[in-house]
Amino acid sequence: MSPNLLIALTLLSNFTLVATSRVNKAIQVVVIQGILLGLIPLAMGLGKHLHILLIVVAAIVVKGWFIPFLLRRALREVHIHREVDPYIGYTVSLMLCALGTGLSLILAHMLPLKAGTKDILLVPAALATLFTGFLVLVSRRKALTQVVGYLVLENGIYLFGLLLVEEMPMLVETGILLDLFVGVFVMGIVINHIRTAFDSTDTRHLAELKD
Amino acid sequence: MALLLILLPLVAALAAFLVPSSTMRARMLPVVGSLHLAVLMVALRHWGTLPVNAWLGLDALGAWVLLVISVLFCICAFYAPSYLALRADRDSRIFCVSLLSFLGLASLLAQARHPGIAWVAMETTTLVTAPLIYFNHNRRSLEATWKYLLIGSVGIALALLGTLFLAYAAHFGGVEEPLHYTRLMSNAELLSRPWLRAAFVLSLVGYGTKMGLAPLHTWKPDAYGETPGIVGALLAGGVTSCAFLALLRIYGIVVAAGEGRFAQELLVGFGVLSMAWAMVFMVRQMDFKRMLAYSSVEHMGILVFGIGIGGLAAKFALFHLAANALVKSVLFLSAGNIHRSYASKTLPHVTGAIRRTPVSGWLFLLGFLAITGLPPFAPFISEFNIAAGALTGGHALAGTAFLVLLAGIFIAMSETVLKVVFGTPSPQRVRTHYSDTVATTAPLIVALCLAGLLGVWFPKPMQTLLEHAVSTVDGKVHPRQVRLLPAPEAQHD
Repeated sequence: MSPNLLIALTLLSNFTLVATSRVNKAIQVVVIQGILLGLIPLAMGLGKHLHILLIVVAAIVVKGWFIPFLLRRALREVHIHREVDPYIGYTVSLMLCALGTGLSLILAHMLPLKAGTKDILLVPAALATLFTGFLVLVSRRKALTQVVGYLVLENGIYLFGLLLVEEMPMLVETGILLDLFVGVFVMGIVINHIRTAFDSTDTRHLAELKD
Repeated sequence: MALLLILLPLVAALAAFLVPSSTMRARMLPVVGSLHLAVLMVALRHWGTLPVNAWLGLDALGAWVLLVISVLFCICAFYAPSYLALRADRDSRIFCVSLLSFLGLASLLAQARHPGIAWVAMETTTLVTAPLIYFNHNRRSLEATWKYLLIGSVGIALALLGTLFLAYAAHFGGVEEPLHYTRLMSNAELLSRPWLRAAFVLSLVGYGTKMGLAPLHTWKPDAYGETPGIVGALLAGGVTSCAFLALLRIYGIVVAAGEGRFAQELLVGFGVLSMAWAMVFMVRQMDFKRMLAYSSVEHMGILVFGIGIGGLAAKFALFHLAANALVKSVLFLSAGNIHRSYASKTLPHVTGAIRRTPVSGWLFLLGFLAITGLPPFAPFISEFNIAAGALTGGHALAGTAFLVLLAGIFIAMSETVLKVVFGTPSPQRVRTHYSDTVATTAPLIVALCLAGLLGVWFPKPMQTLLEHAVSTVDGKVHPRQVRLLPAPEAQHD
């Protein structure tokens, strides 16, 4: 399978994410992206290196299974299903996402690429996914959806990391995955505290502090 | 030695987690802080002999920043037992573990010789300091923690992308792993320019979020306002210094590659914007802890402003790191004492602190005068020299803006501070059992004296250290390291 097909599917999943109002579906997108991202290094023909195989397994297990598992558990506890009344509506989000994807393609075109990686869409896809994550992070009200946005933002960075995956030592790669895991874990704890303090995970309640 | 500096606090953190008695746990903090400072003093003698390909080790810049953090930690650690005794209602286990882990990770960051390790250390400091902000376990501190975590994580994610861009810039230019700072700096002219520039912008935005540069500072007033004063002191002087160091490392590479001009313009712009933004929000600020947070935004602006001007100003920007950390600890800790005494931190309720808590009131006032540039305190020396560097270095406009903003901030801050310290007591005030004791004021007095001493006397070995630190920021590799560098590799492409 060509890596560009997987990358295109990742981009499509970005659009699904910004258009959905159901938190459950947003988590599903995270699962799909986690698996796609895990498979891309294999499609790039990097499967012969042992340390890359480890990254593939770690990405699929952590991004595609463990973190969504934590999110789903939190979702069950708080009994919310829909993201109601986001700061930026779904249609506008969708258009912004399309605009961001287009801009990423132009921006990526301006950066020089090493021979051999020129025809892979990794750089524009990384920038577009980063932008989508950021969009979800700032435009949604529920703490859980904001965490989903953060995860997608991290996925964008991971995509760029694949460009360097052969040269980078394990240390940096494991650092990325470990920090992602710990970050979501700590956020999970805070979400739980938000739930007990306010009886919901709507971050609208978190608007007491201002000047 | 390098490992000892990192492992000592981390092992102590584990021990603090296991110790059942909260008094014992609190007393561990000053012991570990002093030990860390002592080990660092020994390690400081070897900063010039760092091997080129070491993964961990102290160079002049790292040593200077870690010295600042270690002294600041000691001040806070000696204050902590009396503070935790006053807050006996709260469990101090997580608090002590987080404080000690922060010290260990800051040591890791200061000694990291690889951008990847530095990034991991920076990210982990975000995570270990989040529970500190949530210490009060109420709705307001929860909101502050959530904002801190989310904004901080996004910032740190962008810094990671910046680090990857830097790695790609090196890869593109034929410089392969291991990408130690020394290697990157001595091969800087090979790096791909567009990628390097993009890497710097992302690192500036990412680490700038952690430093709290405007307009990326939005978490800062909330976090500093809702945490105990001791955490505020450590965040304002410690975590921000860590982020500043991580940014300076990348800046050094950019300068070595000959792209300094581009980076300097960005830094001066962010510096002036941060100072102006802080000034606007300090005017009529009713909450004196939030006012201190905006003061921290201002001083982060001063730091990057000085680096952006370069030369004399860059040297005194590094000096200002120490001045800011010392005086901020005085301000945050005395503000914490006043907060404790009045059970409030907003203006109509807190007035006339000089009569109720005379020592803390005086310290708050003197801290305010010191941070706004009253001689002979250290911030005066650094602010004066940064302004002089800007005005004599051909940045007349930026230098003038700098001085005008400093004056404006002095006026804006003085209104709030004078009301808190001298104002007529309001009928709504509350009196708690708190009164100043030796334990809650002595560390502050020491910090203020250190800030005063640093203003009049700067010891020779520290001067040498600072000179070398500045040359690292300016993209120069230490002479002893140049000789040890392997011959330039064959280029391809």
